[in-house]
Amino acid sequence: MVQIKNKIIYNEKFKGNYWHCIFEAPLIAKIAKPGQFVNIKLSDGLKPFLRRPFSIHNISGSKLEILYEVLGEGTKILAGRKKGEYLDIIGPLGNGFDYRRVDKPSGQKTILVAGGIGVAPLLFLSEKIKAKDKIVLIGAKTKKQVLCEKEFKNSGCDVKIATDDGSVGFKGRVTDLLKSILPALDHRLSILYACGPNPMLKALSDITQKNNLPAQVSMEEHMSCGIGACLGCVVKTKNGLERVCKEGPVFNAKHLIW
Amino acid sequence: MSINLSVKIGKLKLKNPVMVASGTFGYAEEFKDFINLKELGAIVTKTITLNPRQGNLPPRTCETPAGMLNSIGLENPGLELFLKDKLPFLKKLGIPVIISIALEDDPREFVELAKRINKINALSALELNISCPNVAGQKTLISQDPKATYQTVSSVRKITSKTLITKLSPNITCISEIAQAAEAAGSDAVSLINTLSGMSIDLARRKPKLAAITGGLSGPAIRPVALKMVWEAYNKIKIPIIGMGGIIDTLSALEFFIAGATAVSVGTVNFINPKAGVEIISGLKEYLERNKINRIGKLTGNLKI
Repeated sequence: MVQIKNKIIYNEKFKGNYWHCIFEAPLIAKIAKPGQFVNIKLSDGLKPFLRRPFSIHNISGSKLEILYEVLGEGTKILAGRKKGEYLDIIGPLGNGFDYRRVDKPSGQKTILVAGGIGVAPLLFLSEKIKAKDKIVLIGAKTKKQVLCEKEFKNSGCDVKIATDDGSVGFKGRVTDLLKSILPALDHRLSILYACGPNPMLKALSDITQKNNLPAQVSMEEHMSCGIGACLGCVVKTKNGLERVCKEGPVFNAKHLIW
Repeated sequence: MSINLSVKIGKLKLKNPVMVASGTFGYAEEFKDFINLKELGAIVTKTITLNPRQGNLPPRTCETPAGMLNSIGLENPGLELFLKDKLPFLKKLGIPVIISIALEDDPREFVELAKRINKINALSALELNISCPNVAGQKTLISQDPKATYQTVSSVRKITSKTLITKLSPNITCISEIAQAAEAAGSDAVSLINTLSGMSIDLARRKPKLAAITGGLSGPAIRPVALKMVWEAYNKIKIPIIGMGGIIDTLSALEFFIAGATAVSVGTVNFINPKAGVEIISGLKEYLERNKINRIGKLTGNLKI
């Protein structure tokens, strides 16, 4: 991991409240793995005081991409940063997804489950998984908030969508959509990767464990340092409390205690 | 002009006066990719207790204006695992390692800890953390009472000839009274200040942002409080003061020396800029050169009133 200033080469709104930012970040791009994150200092002053963590959305050559939803003080400031400016970035951080199994010749079915902005780390994962049998389930409140449908298709995924209001795809939660496709899957030959809000991940943990489906979920907890020093971002696991920034952010679903 | 940045804290000779504050630097290894750790004046470990502690439930930290709250609850592996798993890395650095220690409920834990630490050459000094605000069940802190401070420091002083530093809480009425108690009990130095008690509320949910409801406030928000306490204590005690509380750069570090600190610790800024400590070391040197001051000690307490 490195701490280095990287140039913003693109920072634009791409849908609703969601923004897409690209940095020229050769050192980070070279070593980043899907599921890892970067911790970014968004301003030179004290506001916001702490860095903000962002999942690595994609890497292409020397370029690092992040996807973010403008929600609070930090993301508002990031949305105001312009092309050509430099931001201090620490990364890549955390463990990342383990996808070695799915790329073995025997071939496994990969199921990606994204809730809202949770698509962010899964696109990079989808790009990296060479095995052809991939499906992504994208969950959102309404059609307007469905993210990255095209990008996942381009990465070779079969795309299924669930919206709370039924404005596109399956009407209901993305976890219910998963339940509806489970009977057709060979669970021993499938593996699930997920990122999204905690209630979604909790529901997924239950479903996947009941069905003996291996699952890796990317967790979120309020983070201060991102490098394992402050011990702030812990979650409950079978080994006690573990740090999202160091032992995670990706955990085996059955390792977590909800 | 040759610049002398070295300072003495008890028996400890530091090549420069910039240390890292307990709890903000893990066990140093977390920072090895960012800086040359050997450049630091000293490293103060995350607080160690006799037995392992899991700490508090999350959320444990939140951001506040120009600072943050934490309620980690002294999570640590306990002394034995610290010595086995964390000390070997620290030892190799060849710079002074100060072990921060706290007790959970029985005052005798400090004596036991000090006895065992006495045998460890790689640990140069002890910092008594009698000011952590985040331990459930502890309604008052030792460092909120001059008598308790005196008794606790004395009990450890009897056991150890290593350099003994006492870290004090700002959550008190009169800091110099507590600092004098630590001095009278034989403490070689005092660390000023630990975090201030505070809380923050999530308005949408009307819930406290921390699971423990309250926590310790740190960062630039507390710097004026810390400076005032360093200055007050400096006027009443002879032992060195290690100043800390919201230092983020050379200028903020300089304020502490002028208020009366012999050395400084960088804390919360480590979470944001892991390079802060080493940047401050070179910044202090440049400042002294520019102002034709040959020794950092000349700045200590040099407040013009």
